[in-house]
Amino acid sequence: MSSGVIRRFKHYLARHLDGALLGPVLALMALGLLVLFSASNASAARVTAQFANMLIALGVLWAFANIPPHFLLRLALPLYALGVLLLVAVGLFGDVVNGARRWLDLGVTRIQPSELMKIAVPLALAWYFDRHEAALRLSNYVVGALMLVVPVALIARQPDLGTALLITASGFFVLFLAGLPWRIIAGLAVAAAAAAPLAWSALHDYQRQRILMLLDPAQDPLGSGYHTIQSTIAVGSGGWFGKGWMNGSQTHLDFIPERTTDFIFAVFAEEFGLFGGLALLALFVLVIVRGFLITANAPTLFTRLLAGAITLTFFTYAFVNMGMVSGVLPVVGVPLPLVSYGGTALVSICLGFGILMSIQSHKKLVQT
Amino acid sequence: MRSELSFNPGVELRNAQLELHHFQVRLAIASGIVLFLFLLLGVRLFYLQVVKHEQLRTLAEANRISIVPVVPNRGIIVDRNGVVLANNYSAYTLEIRPARAGNLESLIDELATLVEITPRDRRRFKRLLEESKSIGSLPIRTRLSEEEIARFAANRYRFPGVEINARLFRHYPQGELFSHVVGHIGRVNQRELEQLEADGLYANYRGTDYIGKTGLEHNYERYLHGTTGVEEVEVDSGGRPVRTLSRTPPVSGNNLALNLDARLQEVAYQAFGERRGALVAIEPATGGVLAFVSKPGFDPNLFVDGIDPQNWDDLNSSPDRPMVNRALAGTYPPGSTFKPYMALAALAYGKRTPQQTISDPGYFNFGGRLFRDSKPGGYGVVDMYKSIVVSSDTYYYMLANDLGIDAISRFMARFGFGARAGIDIAGEAAGVLPSQEWKMRRFGQKWFAGETISVGIGQGYNAYTPLQLAAAVATIANDGVMFRPHIVNYVEDIRTHERTLIEPKPLRTLDLNPEHIAFIKEAMVGVNQEGTGARAFAGAGYASAGKTGTAQVIGIKQGEKYVESRVQERHRDHALFIAYAPAEQPRIALAVVVENSGFGARYAAPVARKVLDYYLLGKLPGPEKRGKDDHE
Repeated sequence: MSSGVIRRFKHYLARHLDGALLGPVLALMALGLLVLFSASNASAARVTAQFANMLIALGVLWAFANIPPHFLLRLALPLYALGVLLLVAVGLFGDVVNGARRWLDLGVTRIQPSELMKIAVPLALAWYFDRHEAALRLSNYVVGALMLVVPVALIARQPDLGTALLITASGFFVLFLAGLPWRIIAGLAVAAAAAAPLAWSALHDYQRQRILMLLDPAQDPLGSGYHTIQSTIAVGSGGWFGKGWMNGSQTHLDFIPERTTDFIFAVFAEEFGLFGGLALLALFVLVIVRGFLITANAPTLFTRLLAGAITLTFFTYAFVNMGMVSGVLPVVGVPLPLVSYGGTALVSICLGFGILMSIQSHKKLVQT
Repeated sequence: MRSELSFNPGVELRNAQLELHHFQVRLAIASGIVLFLFLLLGVRLFYLQVVKHEQLRTLAEANRISIVPVVPNRGIIVDRNGVVLANNYSAYTLEIRPARAGNLESLIDELATLVEITPRDRRRFKRLLEESKSIGSLPIRTRLSEEEIARFAANRYRFPGVEINARLFRHYPQGELFSHVVGHIGRVNQRELEQLEADGLYANYRGTDYIGKTGLEHNYERYLHGTTGVEEVEVDSGGRPVRTLSRTPPVSGNNLALNLDARLQEVAYQAFGERRGALVAIEPATGGVLAFVSKPGFDPNLFVDGIDPQNWDDLNSSPDRPMVNRALAGTYPPGSTFKPYMALAALAYGKRTPQQTISDPGYFNFGGRLFRDSKPGGYGVVDMYKSIVVSSDTYYYMLANDLGIDAISRFMARFGFGARAGIDIAGEAAGVLPSQEWKMRRFGQKWFAGETISVGIGQGYNAYTPLQLAAAVATIANDGVMFRPHIVNYVEDIRTHERTLIEPKPLRTLDLNPEHIAFIKEAMVGVNQEGTGARAFAGAGYASAGKTGTAQVIGIKQGEKYVESRVQERHRDHALFIAYAPAEQPRIALAVVVENSGFGARYAAPVARKVLDYYLLGKLPGPEKRGKDDHE
């Protein structure tokens, strides 16, 4: 009797979760805790705090897994509108932290509306294309592009170029999957190349520095090149098998900057080597492949676009972060999803996975 | 998939299927790109971790391990009785690594809230910064108090590139007393750095900020410095040591034990009173320098951490010129102290016998030009003995004229006049031993016979250092055997206690008839018994030999009388005295110059007396008896 209750409770808990996705996600989180312990110089407090973040994130994941996709469909537009309003508010009344106006003080707490837009933009775009599914015209793509450009422009002005680019990416993924014609993609590529010098002049000095530094880190080894040089040294000195957990000299002698957050992959690669790094890559691939499978099997255009955008965004985070740490991409403030220390990014990533699981499980429910 | 599609109404079926197909193509393309990019990432990792591994591992090691030179303790310097003249003490300094520090001005402002930083400290730091340009650390404050150390330590995290180091500082406990012998160290400058590199010594000076600048500190640098040790230290990104991996200890520099006697030096220094001058005392049998005074001196401790501009200006603009080493580089006409050598030359060249007399009318007429004696009316009948004891000028005017300048020059050169004595500190002046050839070289003029006359009484072009005067009289005391004067007695290896003696090196044995030397010595004893030195040496309790001298600073016009009180202080004559004692078995020979004081008998001989009294009898001088108004 009691075992039956437990079984039913377990079933209730787990019925919307997706084991194939949850497995590698939990594995990445576990690795994150492991490497965080080393990166924080065995700080139990850090690890405990991150563990709490994970529990919260998993709670959010579970909650969103239980929200049916059609409910999200209705939520899409209001959420987007709220996000844009908040961004405008930030631009007008936001607090300046480290020279950028990103935070909005609500009296009770401070929020960063650009975080909200990471999910609200793909959601809204998926909603929009789903609405016009029957006959997509060029004008639809123009409207979609506008829906993307407005919040991105607001965020870029803060300035928060990293987030703006990531949101651009997630929105572009929706447009791409929704069938944005190839000639427009080609045209955009040409336009982007042509506009590059213009964009260059619009960049802030520190942003230009970061890009230039990538070409030749040695030109300013103690300034903007320092992060890249030190993280590259950390990765490379790891070799095949790494220096061993808790034994990375670059890590423990404080040469790796931001080593618990944005540069945690450098710690991982230093201590676990190429094998560790490839294993980590494999786990990311597992998550992404599962995401693509869910996308491919999603029942509606809305869910397909949403699932695809979530998966590709997740990939983008992982790729940009690891590319930055290994010295092939400029330094932008992007954490390694599921692994880096910090609650906000973890929650928004898990929220996405919750949606993925919801799409997967509710499809099954519809089928039966 | 088919079951999924079956939900759609029939009309839209084809359309939906086409769209789904389109979507799946797009998704496949996206997947392909994703996998390709991940593959690139994997390749990049392989490139870094396998292909470039060695290089990057080396860089990581270089990051991690810092080779820290361990500076050896500098050898200490003691006098012949073990009295410390230069040693080291340990103190904490606050140091900034400019390369890591960022904006120095604001950094120093912030540091000033924790430890006291005076404007002087700032100026000195600025000067060091301009001079060094190295990436090492530079002291902003030295001699931190315990409290300041604690305050900084609590705030250390706020100051990357700032550290507290325990350093050894040089200290000269005797202050100005030995400033011109022991010398001082100072921060290594660019020129010295280049010299060290050229000599292949640069590696040994890694981490060493100081180098001997003058005196023994400079000359014996390679003994005093020691061998730098090496420590392999693991450091964090702030350059702070985490732990030591290996250590090769440094080898301390060797100690120097000098021939100098600190008490004797002090007695001599005090004997000058307020006057400027120099004294060099030598042990005749070895050439060991017993006292080496140049007054005034200066406090060498001012130079140790880099002298501040204020003190530097004071020292340089003082009319007493305390920075000039008078004993070593000051050149003075020897005055009448030259006469015993002239007499010896006369004997050696057979121009005079001791018994030969002249008649001294108080002047010497050279072609109608009168050379006056200091005593109006002259000394009457004068033989060689009397000429030295009473210091007759006329005798030597004639003698010089008879010998001729080149004979004088040749003879005096054997006593070392006009040539560097080769003492073991740098900066010696050669002085001037005039000759026909010298004048031609120096002025491009031929020698006039009249110029020889005043050379005979130690005036004219004659100019010698007190060191040369002392070395010459020591040679007489030592019966013509001349030793190279040297200050250091032995160098002691601090670990093995092995002593390397600086061997007394006879420079030459003068080819002189012992009888001639004996005669001159007898006459010099006479000076102190019944002659110009008798007053100063009355009741000495030991037999001494000496010769007074008075050197003109400005020329006195013909027929004009020199009156001390009428002449400006700085234009008054220099008083000189040379001496050795005891007369029978000389243990000490010395030369004294008291600048701008007047007669040698009155001002220089008493200084010599005090020094000899202390050295031979251990007698410390009593309170100054002679008042300023004590005129003859």
